[in-house]
Amino acid sequence: MIVQQIVFIVLLLATAFCFTKRIAFIRGNILSGRAEKLNDQPARRWKYMALYALGQKKMFKRIVPAVFHFMIYSGFIIINLEIAEIMLDGILGTHRLFVSVLGPGLYGTFISIFEVLAVLVILACLVFLARRWVLRLKRFFGREMTRWPKLDATLILVIETVLMTFFLSMNTADSLLQDMGYGHYHEAGFFLVSDSLKTLFSSLDAGTLVFIERFGWWAHIVGVFAFTIYITYSKHLHIFLAFPNAWYTRFKSSGKISNMPEVAREVKAMFDPSYQPEENAATPDRFGAKDVTDLSWKSIMDAYSCTECGRCTSECPANLTGKLLSPRKIMMDTRDRSDELGYFIKKSGGEKKEDGKSLLHDYISMEELDACTTCQACVEACPVSISPLDIIIELRRYLAMEESKVPSEWALMFGNIENNGAPWQFSPSDRLNWKDEA
Amino acid sequence: MSQEALKVRTMAEVAAAGESVEVLFWVGCAGSFDQRAQKITKAFVKILNHAGVSFAVLGEEESCTGDPARRAGNEFLFQMMALQNIQTFDSYGVKKIVTACPHCFNMLKNEYPELGGNYEVLHHTAFLQSLIDEGRLKLKDGGKFKGQRITFHDSCYLGRANGIYEAPRELIRKLDAELVEMKRCKSSGLCCGAGGAQMWKEDEPGNKRINIERSEEALGTRPGVIASACPFCMTMLSDGVKNKEKEEEVAVKDVAELIAEAEDL
Repeated sequence: MIVQQIVFIVLLLATAFCFTKRIAFIRGNILSGRAEKLNDQPARRWKYMALYALGQKKMFKRIVPAVFHFMIYSGFIIINLEIAEIMLDGILGTHRLFVSVLGPGLYGTFISIFEVLAVLVILACLVFLARRWVLRLKRFFGREMTRWPKLDATLILVIETVLMTFFLSMNTADSLLQDMGYGHYHEAGFFLVSDSLKTLFSSLDAGTLVFIERFGWWAHIVGVFAFTIYITYSKHLHIFLAFPNAWYTRFKSSGKISNMPEVAREVKAMFDPSYQPEENAATPDRFGAKDVTDLSWKSIMDAYSCTECGRCTSECPANLTGKLLSPRKIMMDTRDRSDELGYFIKKSGGEKKEDGKSLLHDYISMEELDACTTCQACVEACPVSISPLDIIIELRRYLAMEESKVPSEWALMFGNIENNGAPWQFSPSDRLNWKDEA
Repeated sequence: MSQEALKVRTMAEVAAAGESVEVLFWVGCAGSFDQRAQKITKAFVKILNHAGVSFAVLGEEESCTGDPARRAGNEFLFQMMALQNIQTFDSYGVKKIVTACPHCFNMLKNEYPELGGNYEVLHHTAFLQSLIDEGRLKLKDGGKFKGQRITFHDSCYLGRANGIYEAPRELIRKLDAELVEMKRCKSSGLCCGAGGAQMWKEDEPGNKRINIERSEEALGTRPGVIASACPFCMTMLSDGVKNKEKEEEVAVKDVAELIAEAEDL
């Protein structure tokens, strides 16, 4: 047993180490964004998080995926209680430690609940795989859904199904061994699902059953360790980040565009030469965003929270009518670029900060940005409080104010507003003409 | 429709007479210059006149709110327009503003306060509803639109941006009309294609225009009237209905026009 304990503890520490390193890397990438204060009104934030992250309020706009997603979500959270026991058993070399605390009656009840949830998780994963690969729902495809995003989505569902299968086969073998009174397999109560699966293994001898039980136990927990690290490279990171991303949501109308105080100061000074800007007023290196580091840290966290479900893109009027713009791609590009820049800086030992590439142009084109109607359908659709629109606007700001790259009609429109106070070429003196026209 | 002259005064005239008004009517650039939107402006003024609301407009002193400039990325131009308009409002001591344009409404209500412009801002549908609620505007029973199928198109900047879904619908119901909803409505409403400064440029390459997609959906409800509450949605939907050669059967009208017509104003 002692060898198993040592192996277990080594694997646990290795997982904790790798996971911590990955989280530190992602945290660093997020914090490389511009400052934005989003910790006011804590009571309102907790409430919002409870409703939108814990309660998944937006998911329930589409009831079918919401129900199956809720199965996986509740399964994940509740079955993880079992992980606590597995951890202790692994470290202490015990077997089903909690039976001695809870007694077989209560313990069996808990395990039965976990098993029912495990079956629901398997069912939901199979339904999701079918929606993706049999029904081929439109929102799971699209230009940005290249090989890796599609593989990632499939892997997550397959891994979850396999982990639950290990869990159930381990319990079934354990139940049979309990019935036999074999070795250390003490009475642990009645397991609802595995009890009815016993017939599958009933012809097997004790040695094979012990192998199945041990294999299930190890494969399940090692799978959980590996999946924990995998998640940090995957869109599945939303299972953690959906919560802080909801907590740090921007409490503003989705149609309100953030102010640029640095521009406001310059314009105020133009209007009023005696105007004195407040002290410590910082002016950023550039107006708007060219790269991820010019975005608010919240926009980068948005990108790491995105699970690529495509609800945003499926409601985007530009995308629906065949334009290049896809809000999901905006988020995936932001994450990919943030990763790329993060790796580059890490590789250089933190000495170099720029690799000569940028989010704008290298990842996101003007054609995509110009097509946005700012209708906020993407913001409204997102179940995890992401705003692709904020990124689009920041990139447009850089294009307009730093590169002067706007469609020629917009340049004319700017000229009209500046000269006539209207986006069309009409004179201000004609503003009241409607009054006298029949 | 009666051809009574519209009673419209400018804030400058009101101030010169040493008077004040209840509300400033912000006409907006579309409402001032776009021929189709001018009709919405006139219909709204007729209702204001009919209800005896004391109001004034800015006339020559009104300027673009800066909405298309800001959304196209030109923050400098936006800030200039905003500051200029705020100075104008403050010089007249403006407290309350009503506008028939959701884009202007969103700017004045949500984006001007940060720059020092704090006013009570109402969209015309909400204002009309308050006039009815207060008994200042009384609608006849069984007007012109009684029993007609009317579908309402939500403007993004009225709906999603400001959560105003019910005021325009309440007004349509008051006409004894049959309100029919499109599948994509309210917070899931589909954009007409004009926002975010798209009004002023050609579409990027694609396989369809957004306004055609939306007009098809609206026509799919078999309406007698497609109602909107935004001058830009009006342009987009009118073009869409014309493109589908349905302009003889289906009218596209602003909610204010429906009320003015129902009341024979």
